[in-house]
Amino acid sequence: MHIPDGYLGPVTYGGLWAAMVSVWFYASRKIRTSLRIAEIPMIALSAAFSFVIMMFNIPVPGGTTGHATGAILIAILIGPWPAVIAVSIALVIQALMFGDGGITAIGANCFNMAFGGMVSGYGLYRLIAGKRREAQGSEEIQNSKFKIQNSFGARNITGAAIGAYAGINIAALLTALELGIQPLMHTGIDGRPLYSPFPLTVTVPVIMIGHAVFFGVLEAIVTVLVLVYLKKSHPELIRG
Amino acid sequence: MSVKARRFKKLWIGLGVMVLLAPMGLILPEFFKAGGAWGEWGIDEIKDIAGYIPEGLRKLSGIWSAPFPDYTFSGWDKGIRSYLSYIISGLLGVAVVVGSAYLIILILKRGRHE
Repeated sequence: MHIPDGYLGPVTYGGLWAAMVSVWFYASRKIRTSLRIAEIPMIALSAAFSFVIMMFNIPVPGGTTGHATGAILIAILIGPWPAVIAVSIALVIQALMFGDGGITAIGANCFNMAFGGMVSGYGLYRLIAGKRREAQGSEEIQNSKFKIQNSFGARNITGAAIGAYAGINIAALLTALELGIQPLMHTGIDGRPLYSPFPLTVTVPVIMIGHAVFFGVLEAIVTVLVLVYLKKSHPELIRG
Repeated sequence: MSVKARRFKKLWIGLGVMVLLAPMGLILPEFFKAGGAWGEWGIDEIKDIAGYIPEGLRKLSGIWSAPFPDYTFSGWDKGIRSYLSYIISGLLGVAVVVGSAYLIILILKRGRHE
């Protein structure tokens, strides 16, 4: 799902860079006003987790590979706006240091994986899990281990699985749409596409089948396994 | 070490174990003879698949040369060396990601005390 340089034309990559800069700006303001310093290690850990989980390329029938992103898991753990920044950091480093995703496409890749798919997947999780219980006052924080263990239940786990599955599929759909509109937007004088040459009728089914059948399930499994483990051993780290 | 730091220590160790296991992300695709992800081809591959290299794609694709493309070091792209460079790339990536996360958030929180 990491779009390389050259697949998107300037209108698409420029537009998505601009969109993502505004999202980063908004997320930064949220962090500046409401994040506690004590939450920073968890954000760094989440960004690193996202970076590493994407190194696990899983082969699927058809000769291609894919991976989980951990994005919805991270949104559940640290909240959606810090998660936008955490997953974006992982994606930017992947592009700059390892050529995984293009630099012109950083806006698009962050928009798809660290915003569009993630925030909608988290929204679905929120819808199923219900309203988040805000821990208030020191007494509550001290008792929060017990409380989170009680309040983070079957509805949260179900919501996390469905949100993770839906989120990565929405990210994949955004990717497929961005690639698929290129032949409509940019053609050379010979009429051939200038950038990604495959039409929507190819990109959407090919990318969506892989994610609907395999990587969505993988994302849900990774999300649930980590949440079940953390609920047992580190419940205070789950923001919910 | 505070209780809190110890709590995180376990998770960092878990992450380290994941990095050591990351070469599975190379070995499994090799075993099943799978290529990369769909739509992430290099310039040679796209010529095979689409029949030609789109002009804009050719121009833009070389805009950036990452120091460690595909999480490998140059000349270390086969066999055991590729797994080793994958692990080192993973450690390097984690270090830079963690450093960037701390830096960015501390800058955002600068001048604000809780």
